[in-house]
Amino acid sequence: MTQHRKWGLFFFLTPVLLWLTLLIVLPHIDLLRMSFILETDTGETEWRLSNYASFFKEPIYWLTFVRTAIYSIIVTLLTLVVALPVSFFITKVARPGTRGFLMLLILLPFWVSELVRVYGWMILLRESGVINHFLLKLGILDQPVEMLYNDAAMILGLVYTSMLFMVVPLVSVLESLDDSLIEAAYDLGADMGTIVFKIIVPHATPGIVSGAIVVFMLTLGNYLTPNLMGGKNSLWFTEQIYNQFIASFNWNQGAAFGFLLLLLSSGIVWLGLKLSGQTLGKVVR
Amino acid sequence: MADDMQIDLGVEKVTKKFKDFTAVKAVSFEVEQGRFFSILGPSGCGKTTLLRMIAGLAEPDNGRITIRGLNMAGIPPNKRPANLVFQHLALFPMMNVADNIAFGLQRRGEKKATVFKKVSAILERVDLPGFEKKKIHELSGGQKQRVAIARCLVLEPAVLLLDEPLGALDLKLREQMKVELKKLQAKVGTTFVYITHDQSEALVMSDQVAVMNKGHFEQLDTPKNLYNRPATPFVARFVGDNNIWSGHIRDRDNNTCRFETPDGNVFHISGDQPWRNGAAVDLFLRPEAMIIQPDPAHTGLNRFEAHIRSLLFDGANSRIIATPKNSDRELLVALPQNRQHDDLCPGDIVEIGWDKSSGICFATETETSP
Amino acid sequence: MIRTLPTSRTYDFGFRLYICFYFVFLFAPLLVTCVLAFNDSLFPSLPWKGFTLDWFFSNHAERIGIFHDRINLDSIWVSARVAFFVTLLSVSVGTCAAFLFEQEDFPFKSLLYFLMLAPLVIPGVILGISILLVSNTLGTALEDSWRMDVGILRPGFWLVVLGQFSFITTLVTLVVSARLKKFDTTLEEAALNLGANRMQVIFHITLKFLRPAIIGAAAMAFLMSFENFNTTLFLVGSEATLPINLYLQVRDGSTPVINAVSFLLIAGTSLAAMAMLYMSGKSET
Repeated sequence: MTQHRKWGLFFFLTPVLLWLTLLIVLPHIDLLRMSFILETDTGETEWRLSNYASFFKEPIYWLTFVRTAIYSIIVTLLTLVVALPVSFFITKVARPGTRGFLMLLILLPFWVSELVRVYGWMILLRESGVINHFLLKLGILDQPVEMLYNDAAMILGLVYTSMLFMVVPLVSVLESLDDSLIEAAYDLGADMGTIVFKIIVPHATPGIVSGAIVVFMLTLGNYLTPNLMGGKNSLWFTEQIYNQFIASFNWNQGAAFGFLLLLLSSGIVWLGLKLSGQTLGKVVR
Repeated sequence: MADDMQIDLGVEKVTKKFKDFTAVKAVSFEVEQGRFFSILGPSGCGKTTLLRMIAGLAEPDNGRITIRGLNMAGIPPNKRPANLVFQHLALFPMMNVADNIAFGLQRRGEKKATVFKKVSAILERVDLPGFEKKKIHELSGGQKQRVAIARCLVLEPAVLLLDEPLGALDLKLREQMKVELKKLQAKVGTTFVYITHDQSEALVMSDQVAVMNKGHFEQLDTPKNLYNRPATPFVARFVGDNNIWSGHIRDRDNNTCRFETPDGNVFHISGDQPWRNGAAVDLFLRPEAMIIQPDPAHTGLNRFEAHIRSLLFDGANSRIIATPKNSDRELLVALPQNRQHDDLCPGDIVEIGWDKSSGICFATETETSP
Repeated sequence: MIRTLPTSRTYDFGFRLYICFYFVFLFAPLLVTCVLAFNDSLFPSLPWKGFTLDWFFSNHAERIGIFHDRINLDSIWVSARVAFFVTLLSVSVGTCAAFLFEQEDFPFKSLLYFLMLAPLVIPGVILGISILLVSNTLGTALEDSWRMDVGILRPGFWLVVLGQFSFITTLVTLVVSARLKKFDTTLEEAALNLGANRMQVIFHITLKFLRPAIIGAAAMAFLMSFENFNTTLFLVGSEATLPINLYLQVRDGSTPVINAVSFLLIAGTSLAAMAMLYMSGKSET
C-alpha cells in the first residue's frame, strides 16, 4: 500500500516538476539574469544595472510604463462598471430558463480569436469603416472621421476583450447571493443605491477582486489590441518590449523591461489580494 | 372591548395569480392590534405569497391590503410599516449584529446616538445584551433567530411578518423557540402574523389561526376550536391525527343519530350534526378521544371490543393499533402512560369507548386529499 | 429590482435597454466581419456591392479565396498541429497535477501549488520572452561546450508548443481539480477494498469520473492554443500560426479574405457552442 502510494507520488510529481522547473522557474531566473547583463560593443558581457538605469533615464520608457499601468487600471474599472449590471441581469432579473442561453451568448464572442474581435472593431471604426459609412449616409457627418488609432479606441478594444473575465466571476458570485438578502434590505427600508453598495457589492467582492486581477493582468500584458487599435507610436509597454527584442535586438534591455512589467503585474495583483484579504488560491476558485 | 380594538392589518378579497395558477383566492381577514395571528397550511397552499403581498414583495392582482387603516396599494416594501422575518432569516453576512439591526434605522436617517441606543435596547429585549460586535456566523441558530426578529422589531412596525422562521432549527431548539417567541410577542405587544406548516407552532403560539389550503382559508378560529371543532375535513385531517371511518347515517331523530359502518359497527353520534338518514359520511375520531378499558360506570359512551395488533411506544405520544371485532379497520388509539395499561400485549382483546360528542362527521369525500 | 419583486416600468425598460446595447456592443464587430466576407469588393468595407463567394472559392490573381490561399491554409494547419500537441501535453500533465495536488501529500506542497498558479498572473508576453531567453541561453551553452545544435531550442514549432503548454497546463489543472474535488473518495476506498491497486482504481474509477472534465479541459486547451497570440509572438519561427499570420495581414492592410477566415472561425465556434447547448439540454431532461 505505502509502496503504491510512493510510486503514485513519483508518477504524478515528475511531469509537474519538469513543467514548472523548466518552463516557469528557469525561464524567469534567466529573464532576471539577462536583465543585469550588459553586452559591450566588443561582445564582452558584464554585470551591470545599466538596463534598468536607461529605463529611468529615458522618459519615453518610464512614461510608457506609467501610462500602461494607469490605462490598465482605467480599463479594469470600466470593465467592472459595464459588467456588473450585465451579471446582475443574468443572475437576478432574467428568467431562469433564459439564463443559460444568455450566458452562452456572452461567452460566444470570446471563443473566437482575439484577433478576429479586434479586426471587427477595426472594420467598424476606421476612416473607411462601417460606422463612418452610416454616419455619412445619415448626414450626421460630411467628412469621414478616423475613429481608430487613438486612446479611446484602444480602451474600447481592451474593455471588449477583457469583458468575459469580469462577467464570469461576477455571475458565479452573484449566483450565490441569496435573493432574500436583497428582499430583506428592501423590506427594512433600503433604496436601490443602498442595496447595491451595502448588499450586492460587499457580497460580490471576491468575484470583483478575482475578475479585476485577471482583467488587469491581461490588459497590462496585451500586445495585440494596443498595437492594432492604439496610436502608431508604441505607447503600450509590451510594444516597447517587442521593439527591444525584435526591432533593436537588444535582448538584455528587453529582459529588463519584461522583468519590470512582471514586477508591476505581480505587485498590483498582490496589492489587490492584500486589500481585499484574499489569497491567490481562493481567487482562482 | 372588541369594539375599540384597533385593526392593525386588513386583507380584503386579495387574489394573486401566476400565469394560469391562482395562488391566493379572494382571501379576507383582519388582525387586531397585539394579536399573534398564524396562517397554517401545507407547502404550496399560498401562504408565503399572501405574506409577501402584505410585506409588499408582491402585488395583489385584486383586493385590498390595509395596515392601520392605510391602503398599501402601490406602496413599496421599503415604505411599509410591516417588516418580514425571512424563512432563512436573510441576515446580512457582510455586517455584524449591530449593523444588521441598525440597517433599517440608518435608512430612516436616524441619528447615530439614537441608533446606538435603540440597538442596545432591542438586544437587551431579545436577551442578547452585548452582542453588538459579533459576526453573524458566530451566532447559534437560536441567536440568529432573535437577531432577525430584533432587526425588524427595532423599526417598531405595525405588523411583524414571520415566514416559518423556526423551520431551519432542530427539534429541541424549535420547541424552546416556540415558547420564547410567544413570550417575546406578549412582552413587546407588536402584532405578529406568522406562517407555518407546523400545526404545533401555530397552536402553541397563536391567538388565532387560519388554516389555508389551495389558496383559500378553510377555517379561521382559535387554536382550541380548530382542534375540537374542525369546520372542514381538510382541517380535521391537517390539524392533529384522526381515524377516519366511512359509513352511513341511520335512525336520525332530534337528539341523536347513529352511524353504521359497512362491517356492522354501530355508534351513537351527537344529533346536532345536520345529516339525513342514509347520508354517506366519514367519521373522524381522534386517537386520544378513545379510552382503553373505560370505567363501566361511565354511561353514554360508544363501546366496542377490539384486538390489539401492535403497541407503538413513543413516550407521551404512545399508541396502539387495534382492529374492532369482525372488522379489518385499523384504528390508532392513544395509550396513556399512567401505568394503568402496562400489561397490554399484542393479541389481547380490550374494550374501547368514546364519547359521542368526540366523533365528527363530514360528507364522504369523493377525491382523496393528503 | 430582482425577478421576484414588483418593479417600475421605467426601471424595467431601462435595464432591458442597457442589456440590448450590451449585446449590440458584443456582437457588432463579429457580425460586421461576417457580413463583409460576402461583399463583392476588394476592401473589407461598405458600401455593399453585392453578394459573392469569391473570398472563399475564387482563384484569380486579384481575388484569392481562402480555400486557394496557400499562406493562410498553411498557417491554419500549423495552428491545428500546435494545438493538437499542446492539448495532448497539457491534458496529460494537467491531470497528473490535479491528482498530485488533490490526492497526494508531500513536503513543500503549497509552494509548488503557488508555482502552479503563477502562470495565471504572468503576462503572456513575459512568458514568451523568458522562454525565448532560456532556450537561447541553453542552446548557446550546448553549442559552445559540446558543439551540439539542438533545433528544438530555436524559435519554431516546438518552442511555440512548449510556450503555450506552460500556461495552458495551469488552466487544465484547475478544471480537472475542480471535478476531482467532487469525487466521492469512498468509491476509491470501496475499489481498494475489493482488491484493486491504486493504479487500477485510477484507471477504472477515477479517470472515468473525470472524463467530462478532461474532455472539457481538452476542448478549452485546443481553443486557447489555436488562438494564442501573446506568447506565440516571441517564439514563432518560420512557420507562422494562424493568429500571427492574420496579425501581419491585418497590420499591413489586406483583402476580405481575412473576413472569410474570421467567418469560418466564428461559424465553427458557434456551431460548437450550439452543439454544447443541445447536449447539455439533452442531459438535463
